[in-house]
Amino acid sequence: MKNTDLNNPEYRTPLYQQWLQQLHLDFPLLVALFILSLIGLFVLYSATGQDIGEVQKQAIRLGFGFTIMLVLAQLTPQTLKRWTPGLFVLGVILLTLVILAGVQVKGAQRWLDLYFFRFQPSELMKLVAPMAVAWYLAETNLPPGIGKILASIVLLSVPVFLVAIEPDLGTSLLIASAGFFVLFLAGLRWRYLGGASLLLALMAWPIWSYMLRDYQRTRIKTFLNPENDPLGSGYHIIQSKIAIGSGGAYGKGWLNGTQSQLDFLPERSTDFIFAVFSEEFGMMGAIMLLLLYSFLILRGIYIATQAQDSYSRLLGGSISLTFFVYVFVNIGMVSGLLPVVGVPLPLISYGGTSIVTLLAGFGILMSIHTHRKMHAQ
Amino acid sequence: MRREHLRDHRAEASLFRFRATISALLVVILIAVVLTRLTYLQILNHKHYTTLSHDNRVKLLPIGPTRGLIYDRNGVILAENQAAYSLEIIPEQVEDMEQLLDQIKSLINIREHDLKQFNKRLKYKQKFDNIPLRFRLSDREVARIAAVLHRLPGVQIVASLNRHYPLGKTFSHVLGYIGRKDLNDIKRLDPTNYISTNHIGKTGIEKFYESTLHGTVGYQQVESNAQGRILRILEQTLPATGKDIHLTIDAALQAIAEQAMGKHNGSIVAMDPRNGQILAIISTPGFDPNPFVNGIAFKDYDALRKNESRPLYNRSLQGRYPPGSTIKPFIGLAGLKYGITNEHYEIFCPGYFIIPFGEKRKFRDWKKTGHGTVNLDQAITQSCDVFFYNLSLHLSIDRISPFLKAFGFGRKTGIDMPIESSGLLPSRKWKREKRNQPWFPGETLNTGIGQGFLLATPLQLATATAILANKGKPVRPHLVLGSSIPGQRLETDPLLQQVQQRYWDYIQKAMTHVVHNYRGTARRIANSRFKVAGKTGTSQVFGIKQEEEYEEKKVAMKLRDHALFIAFAPVKNPRIAIAVVIENGGSGGKIAAPIASKIINHYMAGKIK
Repeated sequence: MKNTDLNNPEYRTPLYQQWLQQLHLDFPLLVALFILSLIGLFVLYSATGQDIGEVQKQAIRLGFGFTIMLVLAQLTPQTLKRWTPGLFVLGVILLTLVILAGVQVKGAQRWLDLYFFRFQPSELMKLVAPMAVAWYLAETNLPPGIGKILASIVLLSVPVFLVAIEPDLGTSLLIASAGFFVLFLAGLRWRYLGGASLLLALMAWPIWSYMLRDYQRTRIKTFLNPENDPLGSGYHIIQSKIAIGSGGAYGKGWLNGTQSQLDFLPERSTDFIFAVFSEEFGMMGAIMLLLLYSFLILRGIYIATQAQDSYSRLLGGSISLTFFVYVFVNIGMVSGLLPVVGVPLPLISYGGTSIVTLLAGFGILMSIHTHRKMHAQ
Repeated sequence: MRREHLRDHRAEASLFRFRATISALLVVILIAVVLTRLTYLQILNHKHYTTLSHDNRVKLLPIGPTRGLIYDRNGVILAENQAAYSLEIIPEQVEDMEQLLDQIKSLINIREHDLKQFNKRLKYKQKFDNIPLRFRLSDREVARIAAVLHRLPGVQIVASLNRHYPLGKTFSHVLGYIGRKDLNDIKRLDPTNYISTNHIGKTGIEKFYESTLHGTVGYQQVESNAQGRILRILEQTLPATGKDIHLTIDAALQAIAEQAMGKHNGSIVAMDPRNGQILAIISTPGFDPNPFVNGIAFKDYDALRKNESRPLYNRSLQGRYPPGSTIKPFIGLAGLKYGITNEHYEIFCPGYFIIPFGEKRKFRDWKKTGHGTVNLDQAITQSCDVFFYNLSLHLSIDRISPFLKAFGFGRKTGIDMPIESSGLLPSRKWKREKRNQPWFPGETLNTGIGQGFLLATPLQLATATAILANKGKPVRPHLVLGSSIPGQRLETDPLLQQVQQRYWDYIQKAMTHVVHNYRGTARRIANSRFKVAGKTGTSQVFGIKQEEEYEEKKVAMKLRDHALFIAFAPVKNPRIAIAVVIENGGSGGKIAAPIASKIINHYMAGKIK
């Protein structure tokens, strides 16, 4: 361990870094997040048809998200670990409440009406579920044995199931993958992984026939062949591919995307905002955006490898990889690589809870990174 | 148990690093997949998607051209485009549709049917579309709405053009009419040029000159959003209005002709023999073409179709009539040309004719008592059948048929109208081909007095008369000024070229005697101002058996003889040639000649002081 004394005059750090250190913020992550948020606001201005009011609302949400990030960065990973079982129980209770007394929006019960604002407990679960698995595995020798693995799966399946029956397939899959990443990073043996994949393949048919809702089946069918239903559910994908493709290498210019400005592109300020961005900024813009995302993800993974305890490592790695899943699933869906699943483009899509959750995740990453030395001491 | 407590932190960290590295690699690989996909969409297929994006937003809106107008030779309008007004509503500009409809109802009459149609359209049209509520507003209704239009947001009075034929029946057969294009039209027409045209010429001049009158479609290139709302016009090409047409017809003369026909069914064709311009062309009864434009009610159409007088039938061009005695001047000319007869040759007419050495059938003259001794001039003046029986027997059908063909019998005149009958000019060959029978000499006799198989349209008769007036110089009848191609000169038929000048003079003089001689069959129409050459005809509708008497009054109207008259005037320098056919009119001299005379006199009134 390198022992760096901050008071040592021979080892001077710039003043702003000292401040950031005291605030437990990671400078590279912070800068990338700021740039991304700023890009997001500009794209949103275009996607909403130059509605400055919507941009302001989004800015306020981002501000709230950054505040949560700041707060979480102050908590040590140990504190988080201590709170994990409690948070998990609370999350499960809230999810149950959603099913019993939630507000129905577009055929799915996802929201709890807390009078002053609406709250989506499933968003909380996106962080708490991997925390719980990490908490459980951190106490044992790694790689985990089959018993531990099965126990983790049972633990994970409670929120996954509760969210799935809301129904919110997208979030449910995100929670499942967040939990899976913890298991994978903990050293889940390859043979188990292979076995599980085989089992999943075998279960695909019963899931397709009995567990999926009609609209979910339609989404997958449409993904496989969007041109079959050009006016119905295939319309989204066709129009979004046209938007991206017509953007070309350099794009049509900010506010000049005809697909988005003339309403051809549906859901353009939320799930399909990447198509707006690609149409107006082209391949060059998209590369920039992907570089920014890659930087955040790889920095997150790097932070996880630098962490000093299992819990931090597993949680940090899972948060980074889940963030990647967001990026990949959203862009994959918008560009026609993946079926349409309601996953927003992180920090750019319009909408409240996902921004707060994502920034909270980065808060945890920053906490892991900045509390490292004190923990070591 | 002990082993579990002994954690190898270093090994766990290294295991994590390994897994994290794999994850990072996977992330990089999948990002590369996304980039590949973007390259595929944005670079490789950029052109394709740019086209799709362009097609999405840019629409071509056709603008239909305005149809050309039709005038008579003096500029009297015959077919015009009248503004028709409809009331339309743009739903998105209306605050309270119920209230607005009530307001409109208090101003103009809105039927239950209109409301139903309106509500139906309201459902499937966009909220920014114009939705029609009432069509064909009267001027009064337009005024009532226009006065309060500012208090009716979303309401619009929209003008469109409707074809109208101000002279109605008088020109029905000439102009024809336009109607909504049907499936057959759509198959036939240029889909581009007719994309926003709803009406096309169905008959008459409107049909024949469709391409001239129609014009060329224009386009507006507009940018629209996903709902189809037009945001701006990017580019436009204005339509080219159809060309106006000036007919050769004199509307005043046409009206006189229609009036002169009275209640008779029949046809009048008058043309300028010098150039073939049709001056008047009438087929009675006519019909009002105006209801056809926007779809005539089935009941009305059925009534027109079932009418015994067949008003929709254009007798001038399609009616096939035996020319009767009007054929005699042409047969006489053939006789002179072939030397069968001459100016002095006389025969005795006892009132009937028997073919020498043939069957004992009596060919009767219309005058039972006979005409006595007559030469060709007298035979034409008095319309002696026996003279022509004899003459045509010696001419034979083999010379009659080609000679009549030179005057245009048996073939289309080539007039600028969509439908024309070629009549029927019999010949030995024709009879063999169509009936598989030999030609009998008796049939030559019948042909020689314009009966039997020989059939001609009124237009053919007028054209033949014009050629006669021109002493052989051919004409092509036409209805539109300037429509005869200048470079294309009509060649005089070689048969007619061989006819000597004095024979032409002789026949014309004989025809003049028909009108101006005291024994002429049309003497009642003689006037002192200018000379008219004519020939009457009375053609049998059905054959009269041997020894049977034909009593006009006893025969049902339908079976009465057709009355015919052909004429040209003035004889010295002919300016009008005319053919009149009165169905079941009886005697040509009594009925047809006076009608022709009215037209000639009216036409000449302006020309001779």
